[in-house]
Amino acid sequence: MNYNWDWNVFFKSTGIGKEIYLDWFISGLGWTIAVALAGWIIALALGSVLGVMRTLPNKWAARIATTYVELFRNVPLLVQLFIWYFLVPDLLPERAQIWFKQDLSPATSAYLSVVVCLGLFTAARVCEQVRTGIQALPKGQNYAAMAMGFQQAQVYRYVLLPQAFRIIIPPLTSEFLNIFKNSSVASLIGLMELLAQTKQTAEFSANLFEAFTLATVIYFVLNMSLMKFMGWVETRLRVPGMMGGAK
Amino acid sequence: MSAMITLKNVSKWYGDFQVLTDCSTAVEKGEVVVVCGPSGSGKSTLIKTVNALEPFQKGEIIVDGMSVGDPKTDLPKLRARIGMVFQNFELFPHLSITENLTIAQERVLGRSKDEARQKGLHYLDRVGLKAHAAKFPGQLSGGQQQRVAIARALSMDPIAMLFDEPTSALDPEMVNEVLDVMVELAHEGMTMMCVTHEMGFARKVANRVIFMDKGAIVEDCAKEEFFGDIKARSERAQHFLSKILQH
Ligand SMILES: Nc1ncnc2c1ncn2[C@@H]1O[C@H](COP(=O)(O)OP(=O)(O)OP(=O)(O)O)[C@@H](O)[C@H]1O
Ligand SMILES: [Mg+2]
Repeated sequence: MNYNWDWNVFFKSTGIGKEIYLDWFISGLGWTIAVALAGWIIALALGSVLGVMRTLPNKWAARIATTYVELFRNVPLLVQLFIWYFLVPDLLPERAQIWFKQDLSPATSAYLSVVVCLGLFTAARVCEQVRTGIQALPKGQNYAAMAMGFQQAQVYRYVLLPQAFRIIIPPLTSEFLNIFKNSSVASLIGLMELLAQTKQTAEFSANLFEAFTLATVIYFVLNMSLMKFMGWVETRLRVPGMMGGAK
Repeated sequence: MSAMITLKNVSKWYGDFQVLTDCSTAVEKGEVVVVCGPSGSGKSTLIKTVNALEPFQKGEIIVDGMSVGDPKTDLPKLRARIGMVFQNFELFPHLSITENLTIAQERVLGRSKDEARQKGLHYLDRVGLKAHAAKFPGQLSGGQQQRVAIARALSMDPIAMLFDEPTSALDPEMVNEVLDVMVELAHEGMTMMCVTHEMGFARKVANRVIFMDKGAIVEDCAKEEFFGDIKARSERAQHFLSKILQH
């Protein structure tokens, strides 16, 4: 194959305003991070609540959470995104519809859809991790906390969840990385995140290989940094003498 | 005066399996009652019904005038007044020794940080472990952890203490350090219900000994009577005693 690599392409003008192609990548990375972080906050909060519900003695709470997980894990992510972006807005009350479709910029409405979509999708996965973490704890911890007079919510808040979260940091890390990778679905509804900017660069400049190489490097560095960050969190939370922590 | 803990015809089932059959007994204020019996006879289950860690289906349990089975009883409040010590210590591994001692005082009893700390360290000193206040449970030996667990229960100023085989998970050389603390407590007039096979402890401080088999209370008599004329005991109790008194 005879291809003329031209790494200077990123510093060339896009022909739109004063922007160079690198600006597109930076802006795309910004959207990717904004989507993933907002989605992660929803996923972590909702997933924790659902995970706790699955371990409650109350059968109904457990059943609702289980149904949620089954639903959101078994429908493909893209289908979910199209539902949130194309169908759900039409089901809103009229005033909300006008707000979503006309008052918001296209980027904002796409952003909201993809954040909700990724948040709820990832919540189902976080739920399963949280449930596993809680169930891995000795039953006696629950007994001991109850015996001291804690209300059920306090048992979770002070005794079970702090331990469960420490156990599940590794699988949570991989969900955290997944939400960054999955955020690329946003390109399919027109949000100019990293993948969309890459495709646009490839089309405008005809430097397809350079564009995708840079995108790959950015995704890779991003994921490595996130892994480092989570490793740091894990070390910070390590307790002497607990789960292989040094004595 | 009515007893501190009264059980009247308590029965409990797991599905079709009856774990407790018509158990009746009473523990007076300041009394030490030892519960023994073969594995699976229902000792743990019985002692856990006293602070409602296990529900029961028939009969009545009254603790300090409060009916445990009454749906109107505030169970967390009741449990906060009864100390419990478990076979596997069940200290909270993610909290320091000091936090283990103070968390329920603060969150359940509403004591100030200073007051809780002072009280916790007082009892930690009494079990001889003041130097370990800043450590974590995983950094202590089994015997030390169990003494902390006793201090943790005492910090709540309980009206009675329940022990479920507090020494049976310990290496032999650590059994006495825990028993010594329990003997001291008994001498101070603490109301105690202890599931244990330590007959030396029973001989030294028990007022009464209860022998359980197959979910029923087979013997319930004064210590002198229980250890006095072995031949007068039920056949099952004799069999049990001959086995555990050998070593
Ligand atoms: N959650 C449960 N479901 C069904 N059966 C149970 C449950 N918990 C305990 N049991 C059964 O109830 C019986 C009494 O158990 P319990 O733990 O009270 O015995 P124990 O006298 O404390 O025995 P050990 O000396 O081994 O501690 C046992 O046969 C046990 O298998
Ligand atoms: Mg037991």
